[in-house]
Amino acid sequence: MDYLAQNGPLLLKGAALTLQLTVLAAAIGITLGTLVGLARISPWDPLRAVVSVYVEILRGTPLMVQLLLIVYGIPQALGWQVNEFHTAVVAFGVNSSAYVGEIVRAGIQSLDRGQMEAARSLGMSYGQAMRQVILPQAFRRVIPPLVNEAVTLLKESSVVAMIALTDLIRSAQLVASRTYKPFPAYLSAAAIYLVMTFTISRLAGRLERGLRTE
Amino acid sequence: MIRVEGLRKKFGDLEVLRGVDLEVRAGEVVCVIGPSGSGKSTLLRCINRLEDPTEGVITIAGEPLPTGGKALDRVRAELGMVFQRFHLFPHMTALENVMSGPLTVQKKTAAAARERASALLVKVGLADKASSYPGQLSGGQQQRVAIARALAMEPKAMLFDEPTSALDPELVGEVLAVMKQLVAEGMTMVVVTHEMGFAREVADRVLFMDGGFIVEEGPPQVVFDRPREARTRAFLGKVLQCAG
Ligand SMILES: Nc1ncnc2c1ncn2[C@@H]1O[C@H](COP(=O)(O)OP(=O)(O)OP(=O)(O)O)[C@@H](O)[C@H]1O
Ligand SMILES: [Mg+2]
Repeated sequence: MDYLAQNGPLLLKGAALTLQLTVLAAAIGITLGTLVGLARISPWDPLRAVVSVYVEILRGTPLMVQLLLIVYGIPQALGWQVNEFHTAVVAFGVNSSAYVGEIVRAGIQSLDRGQMEAARSLGMSYGQAMRQVILPQAFRRVIPPLVNEAVTLLKESSVVAMIALTDLIRSAQLVASRTYKPFPAYLSAAAIYLVMTFTISRLAGRLERGLRTE
Repeated sequence: MIRVEGLRKKFGDLEVLRGVDLEVRAGEVVCVIGPSGSGKSTLLRCINRLEDPTEGVITIAGEPLPTGGKALDRVRAELGMVFQRFHLFPHMTALENVMSGPLTVQKKTAAAARERASALLVKVGLADKASSYPGQLSGGQQQRVAIARALAMEPKAMLFDEPTSALDPELVGEVLAVMKQLVAEGMTMVVVTHEMGFAREVADRVLFMDGGFIVEEGPPQVVFDRPREARTRAFLGKVLQCAG
């Protein structure tokens, strides 16, 4: 009990940072990623080409390298001071947008082509058909993979320990070295990660069921 | 109303339409028959440019069919299309499906769109299914909703692509009955169908397509009872044999 009283607050503070980072990055990732997904299936070739390069770069390099490049590279190259937390949010969000983009693209392409054709044959424009017919259906299909993406994001956010942000895993390291007992520190961290990922999955499951009964 | 001249369509190396000429006058009912793969669907889909013709000219109500943009959307709104597999929007109720065109395309108020959609569901005999989702309806009911959805745009002509081919035999009649009602109201219609009885009864003209050409056309009595072309006779022989 003493252990918890002394170390609990630090671990929870770390968990709060991890959660904040994940939620903000996921918000950016989903917003930007939806646009990326739409651009990936755009009828306009140049847009598709540009966005596919964007996706390839983000998926083809480690998140950690992207993070280090932005946090240490930008100040050196451009002389800007960056706030580590804000930078990490943006880096994670942008990275996630590539994965979300692929999820959204796959979700849309999994729909019957006849849906778009039926909408267009009524006289709807491409944009109207997307908004009224395609996206609402794709939305339901992308919830499960998007939840996966959010869980991945939460777990991978541990790389921010590299840029001196005190997230959950960094807090656990501090506790471990302060108490000379690594095992309980990391076990606590694992338990907190699990609670957070489990909560995300449960909330998503409820959302999905809610939509299905419509 | 609809005029097609020298229409050719290639998918890669495969030439599916090889020079089709067709004129459909206002109020006319044209039925298109022919074996699988002869290009019937492709012809229909070129008329509202779901497929881009490779060559040829299509004119709708005297205007060349636009190649894209808002102008094409406007023409499509005036050509109702009914698909073999219905393609209702599964996340909308029957009523919402029928309202979707007037709401989104014609920018009608919800009240006006609802009133019109309800009247159309009554017309196709589905007033009691207004709040059902497509997944809760039989194939015949779905197809009738799809017809109502197309009619909601007050089209000048309707294109049907094998509207009863995906239906269980006992559900075919209810869809044909709705279509006959449209015929009686003087709707201009192009109907790709394997329902020879229907074609014989309602068509002003029957076209027989094979290999990307219109092989033979004429009044149903002529095409069905005294076909000139050997290929037409062979096709009809096979179809009528299947029908028993
Ligand atoms: N998008 C496409 N890409 C490539 N080939 C296609 C495409 N659409 C149709 N075809 C081919 O064109 C030919 C004619 O197709 P179409 O659908 O017009 O025939 P149909 O007369 O409607 O046949 P059915 O009675 O089976 O519906 C077929 O060989 C088909 O495989
Ligand atoms: Mg066909």
